[in-house]
Amino acid sequence: MKYAAPTTIDEARALLASDADAIVFAGATDVVPQMRGGRPEPSMLIDLKNIDRLMSVSLEGDTWHVGAAAPSSALTANADFAADFPGVTEAAGLIGSDQIQNRSSLGGNLCNASPAADSVPALVVNDAVAVIAGAGGERRVPVADVVTGPGQTSLAHDEIVVCFELERPAARTSDAYLRLIPRTEMDIAVVGAGVRLTLDGEGAVSAATVALGAVAPTVVRVPAAEAALVGSRLDDASLAAAAAAASEACNPIDDKRGTITYRRQVAGVLTRRAAGMAADRIRTTNGQNGAS
Amino acid sequence: MSTTEAPASTGTNGNGASGYRWVGTRPVRHDGLDKVAGKARYAADLNLPGMLHGHILRSPHPHARIVSIDTTKAAAMPGVKAVITGADFPEAPPKGATRNLMCTVIARDKVLYSGHAVAAVAASTRREAKAAAEAIEVTYEQLPHVLNIADAMADGAPVIHDNLLTRGVDPRPTEPSNVAARTVYERGDVEQGFGEADIVIEREFSTQAVHQGYIEPHACVVDCDQEGKAVIWASSQGHFMVRSSTATVLGWDTSRIKVIPAEIGGGFGGKTTIYIEPVAALLSTKAGRPVKIVMSREDVFRATGPAPGSIIKMKVGARNDGTITTAKAWLAYENGAFQGIAAMLGCMCVVSAYTLDHLYVEGFDVVLNRPVNVAYRAPSAPAAAFAMDSVVDEIAARLGMDPIDLRLHNCPSQGDPTPYGPKWPMIGLRDCLEAIRDSDHYQTALPDGQGRGVATGFWFNIGEASSATVNLNENGTATVITGSPDIGGSRASMALMAAEELGLDVHLIQPVVGDTEVVGFTDVTEGSRATFATGMAVVEACRDLKTQLRKRAAKTWDCDVEEVEWVDGSAVHGPGEQEPLTLAAITGNAKRTGGPLGATASLNARGAGPAFSVQVADVSVDSETGRVTVERYTTAQDAGTAIHPSYVEGQMQGGVVQGIGWALNEEYIYSDDGNLENPGFLDYRIPVASDLPMIETVIVEVPNPSHPYGVRGVGEVGIVPPLPVLANAVADATGVRISDLPLSPPRVLDALTAAES
Repeated sequence: MKYAAPTTIDEARALLASDADAIVFAGATDVVPQMRGGRPEPSMLIDLKNIDRLMSVSLEGDTWHVGAAAPSSALTANADFAADFPGVTEAAGLIGSDQIQNRSSLGGNLCNASPAADSVPALVVNDAVAVIAGAGGERRVPVADVVTGPGQTSLAHDEIVVCFELERPAARTSDAYLRLIPRTEMDIAVVGAGVRLTLDGEGAVSAATVALGAVAPTVVRVPAAEAALVGSRLDDASLAAAAAAASEACNPIDDKRGTITYRRQVAGVLTRRAAGMAADRIRTTNGQNGAS
Repeated sequence: MSTTEAPASTGTNGNGASGYRWVGTRPVRHDGLDKVAGKARYAADLNLPGMLHGHILRSPHPHARIVSIDTTKAAAMPGVKAVITGADFPEAPPKGATRNLMCTVIARDKVLYSGHAVAAVAASTRREAKAAAEAIEVTYEQLPHVLNIADAMADGAPVIHDNLLTRGVDPRPTEPSNVAARTVYERGDVEQGFGEADIVIEREFSTQAVHQGYIEPHACVVDCDQEGKAVIWASSQGHFMVRSSTATVLGWDTSRIKVIPAEIGGGFGGKTTIYIEPVAALLSTKAGRPVKIVMSREDVFRATGPAPGSIIKMKVGARNDGTITTAKAWLAYENGAFQGIAAMLGCMCVVSAYTLDHLYVEGFDVVLNRPVNVAYRAPSAPAAAFAMDSVVDEIAARLGMDPIDLRLHNCPSQGDPTPYGPKWPMIGLRDCLEAIRDSDHYQTALPDGQGRGVATGFWFNIGEASSATVNLNENGTATVITGSPDIGGSRASMALMAAEELGLDVHLIQPVVGDTEVVGFTDVTEGSRATFATGMAVVEACRDLKTQLRKRAAKTWDCDVEEVEWVDGSAVHGPGEQEPLTLAAITGNAKRTGGPLGATASLNARGAGPAFSVQVADVSVDSETGRVTVERYTTAQDAGTAIHPSYVEGQMQGGVVQGIGWALNEEYIYSDDGNLENPGFLDYRIPVASDLPMIETVIVEVPNPSHPYGVRGVGEVGIVPPLPVLANAVADATGVRISDLPLSPPRVLDALTAAES
């Protein structure tokens, strides 16, 4: 098994293209435990952490660029990013322990393609775009379209996720992410729920996005829950309708981490609670958050 | 929540109040700096020149006959120096404890659980060893398997051992079954008792198998020489046990084996047996090189020590005044692949915290296709307490009595009969109940929306054999050598008792864990016995030394030894005609007064003091997700005398935390085909620090009259009450009583939903 540490995207891509059995990694917080657990060793491990663009977090105009290999702790420590995307920040901050936080990354969390990845629902509700470098240059793909199934992505072998682009939220817009784990940390989501809301001047919901994790092979957007929220003032009936829609949208499995019944019910509960949190965030900032 | 505050014990221990200068103080442990700095040597840290790495091939099936094993391909692979199978070991006797140990180390004709060791390879690198082990070709004939008590006890169940005839049934059965033994304890007449009771409650409970969860996987290095001698470096709870068990499995004379204890990274009972040492020894013998074996976490979960799951049916009768008169219990405990005594221990513990006129306790030890049980802190007692103290809690609620008052009303005292026969010696259950009743926690009103639970726990504690050697050095310091591995701060406790005896500053005492050739035989550390029994040997050796020191002073002063007293670390001349001689003065002059000073004591410690704990918890329950949060937790435990209060508190807290894990989330999850689905800490959920409040401790000190300082032993009983404490607290918070553990979010939500409809 070889180890390579390229400093440019082109170099990394060339290495990847040269070896059908090579894989890229950022923090290696998934790949190392997987290898210990019996995953066949790749012929080459390509470390992406020496490529500046993959490690940087920056605001250019109204667009945040989050390097695919930037550690979670770089996001949770970034007050400006956290103010714009509290839900993405809390999702990134839930991955692993403090030590893991210094290694884990949004790119790794996405490309590992676990149905339970915490950051993916949070990125999806914010319409995040993955910038992917490949043979024909760069392409931009909605995060929701990257993962195609458990452990499967739409990336070609020689493609690398470079960064994520997130447009600063509109006025009176905020997000939240909640997950259910039996413990308080160091665990994997039984259910995850991301919600982004925009409130109008009257306090009614003018836009909503809802996405669920760990309840289907890939992240589930829930248009019916979004529809139940839009136009409402987050009254009990609307929240209950959104919760019911979320439960209905689940396509979960029975496994060691939870039953179908349990996941359905909790998906609704978390959707309702995350919507409440997002709304509270908008109200507590008096509608001053957001780009304009 | 704050886990960084110093534990604040509010117990009866007041430093120095006992009249001791060192016992009851809190010096930094002697082994602390090495452990904090990462310098302590664990077995896996050792590397010897020419050392090979061993890898054990394990069964993928829960129950199968081994038809054939072909090692030809594996033996030819790169780096491979030795390959062994069960056929390389001595034949096992047809039944009994020796067979069970031998067949746990490596399977013979049958594999009895997924993860059972089948063959092993030693190679130059770990990777080569693993690759070669996987190239061993084993042909299995799969057999039907049983994974739980109900299936194993059912008529027509697949029988695991065709020569297992149930003990304790008269007449003894002639046909084999999976019930290894039946145990009965009885007194009075339970039918009469229930007839006379005002209130009778009957419930059925179940608990799941759990793992001890020590952080350090089993590891050893074994070096066998050409004369057939073996040196073993191993992590264990007793290196003399490693020596004798390895000798038994290999059919060797124990004198061929020397065991050097490595530091131990947790055991909790799970390292009171061996798994890998004989395998490494045989590989080393065959290869002529040292061999290291380190288990993976997955191996640890699949092939080592669960504490058993159980089913317990409990029926309890009480009078309206709160007198519990009658109990009938039916207990069945998983034993794993070989018979053990889990149910027998459960029978002895189940009603021990109560006086009863009538009792009938019947237990069944059941074998099934899982790894064989090994001890885990107060083995079998937690499940038993879960059943009894859940029912007692219901009785208190039905009678409108405070749950502590109810327990005080039924509390046994010295001279009362135990359920299993002998009379109670001096015990501290009442003191623990009063300590919790009077605690700040219990006296503080329960916050809105939370529930509160209390429960009791009992454990026997034991004595057994221990040895100690104490040598006085020429500079006036002392070296204390014992045969007990330091699993819970025992070095510090030994040094404190020696300091108290000798009148020597504890920092001038070096406590050492000696290997099997430098210290006398010492039994495995179990039954909370190290500070009690090994401490007794240390005290006895120190008392011998004090006599020697007085004789040296008498010789120096040319007086009768009866005129010399030992006071605060000095020889004092009774008549007052001589200046006192310090210990350092005597040892510095030892060559001229008869040579070096040292003493050894070896003993069978008698009179272990039973341990009780009483605990209270406040919880909140998320009624929409079923998540239980432990908001506040206090434990009171009778330590006898707390030699080092910080480590007593640590043991109390550790036991509680493991009990919380058992109650809330820990469980083995097996697939239908008999494979463990959660062999790792991601999906086998022991609590993490942020799951817990500070565990408040109240050390109760009812000294054990059989020990020179009153020690009882503190390692185990703390894990007993949390199961019923949390079940009772959840019942109080939600109005729904759950009798199946763990109280995991899905199970709690299910119960709440079922109660609603």
